[in-house]
Amino acid sequence: MATQKQEKSVIWDWLTTVDHKKIAIMYLIAGTLFFVKAGVMALFMRIQLMYPEMNFLSGQTFNEFITMHGTIMLFLAATPLLFAFMNYVIPLQIGARDVAFPFVNALGFWIFFFGGLLLSLSWFFGGGPDAGWTAYVPLSSRDYGGLGIDFYVLGLQVSGIGTLISAINFLVTIVNMRAPGMTMMRLPLFVWTSFISSTLILFAFTPLAAGLALLMLDRLFEAQYFIPSMGGNVVLWQHIFWIFGHPEVYILVLPAFGIISEVIPAFSRKRLFGYTAMVFATMIIAFLGFMVWAHHMFTVGMGPVANSIFAVATMTIAVPTGIKIFNWLFTMWGGKITFNTAMLFASSFVPTFVLGGVTGVMLAMAPVDYLYHDTYFVVAHFHYIIVGGIVLSLFAGLFYWYPKMFGHMLNETLGKLFFWVFYIGFHLTFFVQHLLGLMGMPRRVYTYLGDQGLDAFNFISTIGTFFMSAGVILLVINVIYSAFKGERVTVADPWDARTLEWATPTPVPEYNFAQTPQVRSLDPLFYEKIHGDGTMKPAEPVTDIHMPNGSILPFIMSIGLFFAGFGLIMLNMDNPIINPWIVAIGGLALTFGCMFVRSIKEDHGYHIPAEQVKADLAELKKGGN
Amino acid sequence: MKLWKTASRFLPLSFLTLFLTGCLGEENLTALDPKGPQAQWIYDNMILSIIVMALVSIVVFAIFFIILAKYRRKPGDDEIPKQVHGNTALEITWTVIPIILLVILAVPTITGTFMFADKDPDPEVGDNTVYIKVTGHQFWWQFDYENEGFTAGQDVYIPVGEKVIFELHAQDVLHSFWVPALGGKIDTVPGITNHMWLEADEPGVFKGKCAELCGPSHALMDFKLIALERDEYDAWVEGMSAEVEEPTETLANQGRQVFEENSCIGCHAVGGTGTAAGPAFTNFGEREVIAGYLENNDENLEAWIRDPQSLKQGNVMPAYPDMSEEDMEALIAYLRSLKVME
Ligand code: HEM
Ligand SMILES: [Cu+2]
Repeated sequence: MATQKQEKSVIWDWLTTVDHKKIAIMYLIAGTLFFVKAGVMALFMRIQLMYPEMNFLSGQTFNEFITMHGTIMLFLAATPLLFAFMNYVIPLQIGARDVAFPFVNALGFWIFFFGGLLLSLSWFFGGGPDAGWTAYVPLSSRDYGGLGIDFYVLGLQVSGIGTLISAINFLVTIVNMRAPGMTMMRLPLFVWTSFISSTLILFAFTPLAAGLALLMLDRLFEAQYFIPSMGGNVVLWQHIFWIFGHPEVYILVLPAFGIISEVIPAFSRKRLFGYTAMVFATMIIAFLGFMVWAHHMFTVGMGPVANSIFAVATMTIAVPTGIKIFNWLFTMWGGKITFNTAMLFASSFVPTFVLGGVTGVMLAMAPVDYLYHDTYFVVAHFHYIIVGGIVLSLFAGLFYWYPKMFGHMLNETLGKLFFWVFYIGFHLTFFVQHLLGLMGMPRRVYTYLGDQGLDAFNFISTIGTFFMSAGVILLVINVIYSAFKGERVTVADPWDARTLEWATPTPVPEYNFAQTPQVRSLDPLFYEKIHGDGTMKPAEPVTDIHMPNGSILPFIMSIGLFFAGFGLIMLNMDNPIINPWIVAIGGLALTFGCMFVRSIKEDHGYHIPAEQVKADLAELKKGGN
Repeated sequence: MKLWKTASRFLPLSFLTLFLTGCLGEENLTALDPKGPQAQWIYDNMILSIIVMALVSIVVFAIFFIILAKYRRKPGDDEIPKQVHGNTALEITWTVIPIILLVILAVPTITGTFMFADKDPDPEVGDNTVYIKVTGHQFWWQFDYENEGFTAGQDVYIPVGEKVIFELHAQDVLHSFWVPALGGKIDTVPGITNHMWLEADEPGVFKGKCAELCGPSHALMDFKLIALERDEYDAWVEGMSAEVEEPTETLANQGRQVFEENSCIGCHAVGGTGTAAGPAFTNFGEREVIAGYLENNDENLEAWIRDPQSLKQGNVMPAYPDMSEEDMEALIAYLRSLKVME
């Protein structure tokens, strides 16, 4: 067993890392790239809709863009960006040295990444998938959908495996790796929501995997699950999809709630109002999230009994969500609030999300939904939830945790400018879309005729998109500017915050905590500031710290799955250069080979000797940290 | 003063008021100007839900603006505010009030769902209730009046003031049948038969749309619903069911030959029931638009016949780029002569 890590090149270091903090940063970068890609598509779609009968994108291209925009935003942008924060913050907030399975953590990232890459490759093979992110059959079936759909099916299948195993890792980490005294009812809310969200992934991504497998069998091997003329059922796909798809929204929005529940208390200098109610409200939301999937299907003809049941069930979600909203408001009430960029995003989230929520209740009224369904009203509603909820909280989290992750602050002036430009642009874009929907504009339309009363609002909506894009450009400028000129952070706790991640030094050492902290309360760091000397009490003496070795296997295994998926897609290509089965089976063999190597190779990791940890601690003392 | 300053930072939100200024969109497309009992019911309940939801939003916004105004941290103020755990009474309040509000919305939700699902004949007209079989195709609509024995394409005619029952089918992929000014939408699903009913309060032309993504030209899958007084409607039905007469004009007669020789007739029936391949042409001369969206003039008609793909990407009609000028002229004259109303 080696006691010292060898020196490695930077690239090799990142390809083989199993450190949750580095994996978090990789998620952040990959998620951002996909976010920008899907954002540019949104911009193009809005330009196409700026004037009636524009000829900027064709109907086919537009459909490819809506599909890729929706799919990428949900699976390859929002999910990994949240995973970035979850990966970075969860172990720190619960006082752990790493996640439960560091190797699996790296594997999860690489599988997600190569799955996303596989999906994106569709552009080079005759066009993206074009049946919407919901991929409803028959449009996505062999008879009507092109090769792009195969990339959708297998790309999501692969990247879904990554998401699934990462979620399992989070679950085990939160259950097993908590520091002494960190009881479940002392978990920070971000950890709680991540925990529940990971549970949802467990139960939602499995039906998705099954559904995608069935669709793959239909498309590649002429099975007939979804082909009505052969006894299949079209609506079956919709049920399977939404049993996954509805919880998916909660998978994304619950950790977003968690971020808000961290940022608002920190900058209001108050503990979270009604902590217990918040935890149980989260659980109830998650549970109900599974019960209401068919509210996406009020118009497929399920009949009045089913429609009524799902309508009423859907409405009940408003109750626990309302509890959360008021608890956030009353956390701020009576506080001493600092409105920096993170807090601007977090506090503006509350009323914005309410606007998205109230239209949700409106949509739940099934007979009225016969009007709203598949119109721009729905587009407005879910972007109020997704952009007004998830994206605003991602930005809040970014500004909040940035100094811990990168060792310098983001510029506040640029940050606030970014907030205002983006926030105004957001409302400009999406508010008028409610009206467009009621005025008769269906969604997923690549053009509309003039003089139907739709021109003005479409124009306004597109202008809003320009503002949002300008906002994101300001953020990019901010990141670059701050990397060079930003205020360096070496203190542990630049925000005067409350939770454990701010008890670690900046930059965070690879072992996170030299000594595992003893947790004595909710908001442990704040507790020590009031009742102790402001630092965490150690729960153990300084000892050798056991660390896992890096490994290239996760990377290679993911490439294997990538080729397995690609090989299957080649089955539907006209003139594959090589036999598809060779690629598919070769890819799987690579993956399973790596699994075999991993199983038989002894790898006990390495130790950081106690002396070195002590030296680090002494160094920190000198720095006044 | 201070409050106003804070509030003015949120001025962009005040375009909320746009909602109240009555930008309603085009008459007979928008659902904000309902023209039938079903649309009216939807509209009323939408307003009800907006009122309830506006109440909730106003409460949240009020609390939020008070917070913005009152609880800013002053520079140099390092005092730590009181750490409250929560407040059971308050938390129960904001659990119970939403439940009451939801019950208010749940009741019409259930009654409305059952009302719209009712497919019994109109009690006023009994056996004469109009039943129309709708079939969605990529990217056009077929309307079979099965009891009367004829087919119409793209435009559907109904009598005013009667509940009309639609039976919904899909030929290829999912579509969704929607006339915003008259009511809600229901999907047409391959392999499944759905029903809905609509009623128009007054005569007029109402725009219809396909609301479910169905391929590259989904955006152009428009149709028209034409509501006529009962006697006019009966006249139209009679015209549609009558034997097709030879065109009287020679040019049009010639055009009919072109129509047959180029096997247009293989897909587009004239008179009687249609094949499923293309819209029926029995009353083509009375249509306002071609292909659901193009103004019905000679130029557009010729452009369409020569190259339908460029006007409606992904549709299945073959192109006739090489048809001679004479044939084209005759063909158009023939199509113009296809009328059933005087
Ligand atoms: C930057 C701001 C954004 C703009 C301007 C924008 C714009 C659009 C547009 C024009 C559409 C097509 C609407 C239609 O169905 O006709 C769309 C659909 C969609 N968007 Fe966005 N979007 C934005 C951000 C996001 C984000 C952040 C997410 C998720 C994380 C998201 C998720 C979706 C989804 C799921 C769809 C539906 C795709 C489908 O119909 O298959 N969008 N968006
Ligand atoms: Cu359609």
